[in-house]
Amino acid sequence: MSQPFHIVVCGSVAPDPLQTLEPVMGPAGPGLKNEMLLPNVLDPWAAHALFEAAHLAKSVAGSKLWLVSLGPKAKLQQVMMTVAQKVPFELVAIDGPAGGFVDAVETAAVLADAITAIPGLDRARLLVFGGWESATRCAGATLQLVGERLGIADQFQGVDRLTLQPDGRVRVLERIEGGRHQVSICEGAPFVVGWATGYLPEPPNNPQVGMANMRAVMPALQKARPAVLKQDGLTLVRVEQPKQVRETRVVKDLSADEIARDIVAWIRGA
Amino acid sequence: MLRTLPDDDVRAILWRFADRYDLQMLVQSARGVARGPVARLVAQGGRNSHEWTPEKHQLLTAFDDAGLSAVGLDLEHGGFIEGPKNLALALVAFELAWVDGGAATSNLANFLALGPIHERGTDDQRATYMRAAAPPAPGETREPWRGAFALTEPIPYVGVETGLLGGKLRVAEWQEGQEPVLQVDKRGRFITGMGFADFVSAAVDSADDRIKGSCMIILEKSDPGVFDRGVPARKLVHQLSSTRDPAFNLRVPASRIVGGYTIKGGRIVPNFTHGEVIEAVFRRTRVTVGLMTAAKLVSAVEPVIRYHRGRFRGGDHVHPGSPRFELGLQQKEDVLHRLVDVWATGEAASSLGFEAARLFDELDPLDRQKDQYLASQGVTGGRAQMKALAKVAKTALEYLAESAKPEASRNAERYQELSNDVMVRYSVLDAVANVICPAVKLWNTGHGANVMREAVSLMGGYGITEDCPGFLGYKWMDAQLEATYEGPEAVQRRHLSVSMTNEVFLAQFRVWIGEMRQIASEYPGTIDADGSKLYQQSRQGVSFPLADALAWILTARQQVLDVLHLQRHGASHPVVAEQLPTLVPFLMDLCHVQSARAAGEVGRISAELVYGYRRHPAWDEQGCASCYVADELDALDDLIPGIAASARFYSDVVEVDGGHADKAGPCASTAGLEPFLRLRSKMDSCLTGARLAKDRAAESLAHVMIPEALGYPI
Repeated sequence: MSQPFHIVVCGSVAPDPLQTLEPVMGPAGPGLKNEMLLPNVLDPWAAHALFEAAHLAKSVAGSKLWLVSLGPKAKLQQVMMTVAQKVPFELVAIDGPAGGFVDAVETAAVLADAITAIPGLDRARLLVFGGWESATRCAGATLQLVGERLGIADQFQGVDRLTLQPDGRVRVLERIEGGRHQVSICEGAPFVVGWATGYLPEPPNNPQVGMANMRAVMPALQKARPAVLKQDGLTLVRVEQPKQVRETRVVKDLSADEIARDIVAWIRGA
Repeated sequence: MLRTLPDDDVRAILWRFADRYDLQMLVQSARGVARGPVARLVAQGGRNSHEWTPEKHQLLTAFDDAGLSAVGLDLEHGGFIEGPKNLALALVAFELAWVDGGAATSNLANFLALGPIHERGTDDQRATYMRAAAPPAPGETREPWRGAFALTEPIPYVGVETGLLGGKLRVAEWQEGQEPVLQVDKRGRFITGMGFADFVSAAVDSADDRIKGSCMIILEKSDPGVFDRGVPARKLVHQLSSTRDPAFNLRVPASRIVGGYTIKGGRIVPNFTHGEVIEAVFRRTRVTVGLMTAAKLVSAVEPVIRYHRGRFRGGDHVHPGSPRFELGLQQKEDVLHRLVDVWATGEAASSLGFEAARLFDELDPLDRQKDQYLASQGVTGGRAQMKALAKVAKTALEYLAESAKPEASRNAERYQELSNDVMVRYSVLDAVANVICPAVKLWNTGHGANVMREAVSLMGGYGITEDCPGFLGYKWMDAQLEATYEGPEAVQRRHLSVSMTNEVFLAQFRVWIGEMRQIASEYPGTIDADGSKLYQQSRQGVSFPLADALAWILTARQQVLDVLHLQRHGASHPVVAEQLPTLVPFLMDLCHVQSARAAGEVGRISAELVYGYRRHPAWDEQGCASCYVADELDALDDLIPGIAASARFYSDVVEVDGGHADKAGPCASTAGLEPFLRLRSKMDSCLTGARLAKDRAAESLAHVMIPEALGYPI
């Protein structure tokens, strides 16, 4: 049987994907229109990581789970009202910017420092989880950089499944091209996992879990230390939404081959 | 201009739960269920059946999983909210009804069944049924119990006969030294939750000399006899709740009498009559019903804006960037103005509803302290308690009089003493609650249903299809039921017409609004043209419209108070503070619109009553006394040239041959009504700027950023 893990999930807030997300260039750099007024959710990719982490922690007795979040404190609090009801965890909050236009290098440095400072964390048993992608802008590099700073060489990205073997090793399914997975066997902690969607459904809200979590979450938010990100290593010249073109046709009883041919023809003609 | 729709942080401040993370979590939890399983079931056509289907039944599990079934339970019975739970239940009802009122009712009906036990049950009854109703803890495999509430009896206090299906209670067996076994015969009508109830809280009346009066009694599905769930009601609304007409013929132990009983003179005397039990229950649960309609109104805003903006998109000649593409129907002022009315009504209804819920949260512990105090004084029984409370009312009036004074001129010591007096605080809050509760139920659901029709009409033909985003057509019909169940509008008006003349409430009302003295103290005792007293219980033509007028005023007042609260307390909130410069002026404009509408309604109602009960003059001697007579005018014309011709335009003239203008009689005189005229005129002039406020709010609607898609399926 595996040794208990110390799992740290890195994840922060993202604007609710249902909202109108319009990039704008402001005096302080790029952002979203009305960004501070938009309701937020836990970044869906990080959420998958959190739920998988909780599942793993539950299946290996004695494991512990932390959620390390860098984001505006008020927004983190808003999001915790939902997230804290999902699974048990301890929050490590860092008050600072989050979003699609923050430098991944600086963010990774702040996160790595916060992880290092967690009291009682056993680096030999450490698993660092996070989203492989992000619903903000997806720099796609933050989690790797966190791992590098923590000196963790075993990293897996685009992970859909992680299975504990009877011998204590871990079997990892990573997404690769062509809708297939690469299978890896990892000797054990420490390692970094950038989760794709995983395979677990979103847990239902459990108020009992929520009330237990919030006893520690609220103090964690209160004492969230501010993080200053200089933002001087990255320059974004222009921000814009990808163009969307929608042409709807209603057709019935079309085979998959015919649909595929139709799409290819449309792309070639576009 | 308003930038985005108000978010959860704004709502938490407006409705005063920003410091309660348990309630904020509850809101998210309820929303997850509402916009997930509930919305999917509605979108899949789950409402198209009267039967309680397996798919509908799954909603109960979703409620359990999300903790919604445990909201009304105390901690020791498996709940997770500490203290009073009226606001918590109100928030859950609001969130569920945002998507579907029937789903909200399904969840609430369980608490309605538990209500009698919670409010008046014995410790054993509370422990048994509350624990059974709690969702299973992790590792438990039991199914939680669900309850139904079977009344169909005269509702106390308002004296309205609500049905003929009275339940009967007899002694079936009573052996010396043993607990009596009772025979219950009860038929219920339109009983919610009956399709799956494990127990029923039923109102029954004694049909046996050995039992005194009425009581509530708990029936279980496994009791010996007949527990017939009956046929489903063929209702057109709230199809996600189960409603049936059950029949019970059961033998139950007397220990099932809610609140217990005592044996006096060989008779079973229930400790509480059914009236005493349900009064305590209904006054709380009606508030949540009112909020269900409020949620519908506010929920309509986003889908209507989206529909209007996108109305012309997709047309051959409508190009992106053109006003027709970007604004669609919002180019037209009328749709904006009408939506402002819908939104303002929703905000006002929410404000009053949540204020009522908070009021009951404050009142609940006082209620228990009052009971303890009276018991310690040896005051038991309904009538004795009423007498004792009548004495307290005098002290409460003194407290209100002191509180109305500026702090400097108060008797500080006496004021402090009265402020700390539990009975005084209870007396004041109880008087206000007795008005606000029926006002919420009456105005939110009654007027709300009318305004919901307006929201549906703003969606055009789409509004009355199953595909309408936000299910607005369903919500309109559901609102009609909400105006009916737990006491229809007439019952609420009846209740208000009694409670709004309570002297403690009147004193409180004077403190609130001095101008309302006319309704508060002058109308009772006024007589009509026949010398009959105007304000009396049987004269519903007077008392009911006044109840309506009061409800309009209370909602408008509370809406303003909430926005002021947001302005004061939102400034220190890091997220909300940024919204305040645009949000508060917008919400104030909604208040202005709503207050103007309320003023109009109150003015109309008052004018109808003030003038309507005076007899119109006829073309008789008395009526013509104030008319000009033609030959007098001719004579006057010598002195005042032109008067004979012009008098006919501005006054009533009787011709020499007795002829007169072709109308019912001379115009009525307003002599003696100057104070009313002055007030009415002043109120009309206070409408100044109301339409400008509406214009501003409408302009905001055309520019506010809304999500790309509705947060739940259609």
